[in-house]
Amino acid sequence: MSTFLGMPGRAHAPAGVGMLHADRPFPAAARAALGDVQLRRNLGRATATIRAKRAAVVAEVPHWEELREAGRAVKAATMASLDVQLEQLEAAVTARGGQVHWARDANEANRIVTDLVRATGETEVVKVKSMATQEIGLNEALAAAGITALETDLAELIVQLGHDRPSHILVPAIHRNRSEIREIFTREMPGVPPGLTTEPAALAGAARAHLRRAFLRAKVAISGANFAVAQTGTLAVVESEGNGRMCLTLPETLITVMGIEKVVPRWADLATFLQLLPRSSTGERMNPYTSLWTGVTPGDGPQAVHLVLIDNGRTAVLADEVGRQALHCIRCSACLNVCPVYERAGGHAYGSVYPGPIGAILTPMLTGVEANPSLPYASSLCGACYEVCPVKIDIPSILVHLRAEHVEAVAATGRVPSPEAVAMAAAGWVMASPRRFAAAQAASRAGRLLGRRRGVIGALPPPLDRWTSARDLPRPPAETFRQWWARERGGRR
Amino acid sequence: MRIALFVTCLADTLYPDVGRATVTLLERLGHEVVFPPGQTCCGQMHVNTGYQREALRLVRHHVETFEPVLAAGADAVVTPSGSCAGAVRHQHAMVARRFGDEVLARRATAVADRTFELSELLVDVLGVEDVGAVYPHTVTYHPTCHSLRMLHVADKPLRLLRNVAGLTLVELPAADQCCGFGGTFALKNADTSTAMLADKMRHVLDTGAEVLTAGDVSCLMHIGGGLSRLRSGTRPVHLAQILAPTAEGSR
Repeated sequence: MSTFLGMPGRAHAPAGVGMLHADRPFPAAARAALGDVQLRRNLGRATATIRAKRAAVVAEVPHWEELREAGRAVKAATMASLDVQLEQLEAAVTARGGQVHWARDANEANRIVTDLVRATGETEVVKVKSMATQEIGLNEALAAAGITALETDLAELIVQLGHDRPSHILVPAIHRNRSEIREIFTREMPGVPPGLTTEPAALAGAARAHLRRAFLRAKVAISGANFAVAQTGTLAVVESEGNGRMCLTLPETLITVMGIEKVVPRWADLATFLQLLPRSSTGERMNPYTSLWTGVTPGDGPQAVHLVLIDNGRTAVLADEVGRQALHCIRCSACLNVCPVYERAGGHAYGSVYPGPIGAILTPMLTGVEANPSLPYASSLCGACYEVCPVKIDIPSILVHLRAEHVEAVAATGRVPSPEAVAMAAAGWVMASPRRFAAAQAASRAGRLLGRRRGVIGALPPPLDRWTSARDLPRPPAETFRQWWARERGGRR
Repeated sequence: MRIALFVTCLADTLYPDVGRATVTLLERLGHEVVFPPGQTCCGQMHVNTGYQREALRLVRHHVETFEPVLAAGADAVVTPSGSCAGAVRHQHAMVARRFGDEVLARRATAVADRTFELSELLVDVLGVEDVGAVYPHTVTYHPTCHSLRMLHVADKPLRLLRNVAGLTLVELPAADQCCGFGGTFALKNADTSTAMLADKMRHVLDTGAEVLTAGDVSCLMHIGGGLSRLRSGTRPVHLAQILAPTAEGSR
């Protein structure tokens, strides 16, 4: 298989496989989600809790800003030498008895993993929580080949049993509350204890018993990776529940699927990220389980170790000088938890495995903006995401950049300009001249005919009715500022 | 000091009192205010909606309007808007560079370096926190997103408000959450915007304040528009309109 990396990449993630292509625009999906009162309560409560936890543990690190800058610098340097780092990683993993596979896109990655599982003769695999395998739709591809993939992360298990989709990077079942989880377990979990309550300990106990049986019979595990060290060939998974540790140590075969941007150059770089990640994601000083493995250790743990490196649009992101910093993301989800749009619309509205602010930039860059044109607009540009990002990804600037890419792509098609494009061009023309601007202001005073009774304008025709459906507008004043200035200070500049 | 006022297109057209209050305040503090009549709009709406080519000529126009005023002896440009100050400082050079105009980018940066939001000008440049204002009302303050996270004005507006005679300042819960305006976001994602607005209004009304203030008329137009629809009785008032009045009643 040829290496895609290093080629002048413009190949985006293909449609029709995996979870990157939204099936409807964000505003429509958000409208539906906003009507779900239970969802909004669940999300509001959960994000407020995790926001407060993060803020508290970040505040106790005196050099947090320096740590962020260190994380950003390592990632920027890695991206500038990604081809070298990946080849070094491949050499190091291979030298320690692992096998490295390269996948151009989701279809290729799914085929590689399916073939690897088939070669073991097994029809069931246990899975560690992984964004990359969700991104490529691996579970569906395995199911099509007659292989059952069992999610072992508690929240992923809830999503899988509920025939649902994840709605958060770290807490995929954040949209569910305890009562809903009890109902899903009671309905779907084999051997669920009778009379299961909504007590967290009882729910976790039921999941533990269910999963323990699967861990003990599993011969094949599939994981993602938080980091891969090029220098040593070491892969890393950080987690909270210990299910990952079970999957990474008990089975005979371990297959890790990882986006190419997860590589870090040196072992010492882990020190930076293992401080940044838990405080930003779960709001913990340290995550409970950090598993590190390097190739095969004879007689200990999996004896067949595979690493599948996926591109799936990442090289195209790397080619974008403004947007490439999105590849720095360590999937902590701090940006989701502070985002006022995410908090209200929820993760499903983004139509991608990557929701929230990072999803609003990463998803359209992986697929090409025109495959997800509404996502860069799914933000008020409030900047809360940039402020908390542990690797300082300037999400608002990338959103603005992608909006420009979208507008320019539409203009380049030569189709009839949209009403918005016409209005923007007209406003630009008017505003470029003080004479035309003053004339437009004079025309706007026709608005004084409206709202004379209450002194405000309460209803306007489309598309401005989207404003007046919930808000009044002020009635234009009798005199603009520049008229007042000319009248009062006429002679002076 | 001689200070050039960039009043912003929105305040010029819909909220002239905000511009007049800014002039009153700065003149009372002993400064000369000039109003370059060629000014129009900073182009932020165009940039944030994706229309950077249209924004480019507004950036050029803004630079060509304020560059000569600064060259002729104005010490600073002030704008009663955190958002428009943010656009001048963080977007103008970027837009010029997108179209390869390095010369314009450098000129825009020179103008941006001397452009200040009102509370920045007062506290950082003029070194004043007590402007001698009198405003006998209960007030709550919403820190607008671009003031807070783009300009990092931090507590400067609050320091100014705390020194206003007669004013009772009440803290706004969840103050740092966006009100949902976001320019064309309020139209493109009207439902999400309205949901954000509803929570902001709930917090404002919880304070019991008579007046909601902020450093941006755009956000005040949004929150105030919602409060007006509810007939809530809480009024939106720009920071400049609180800092301008004195005991003598001059405005």
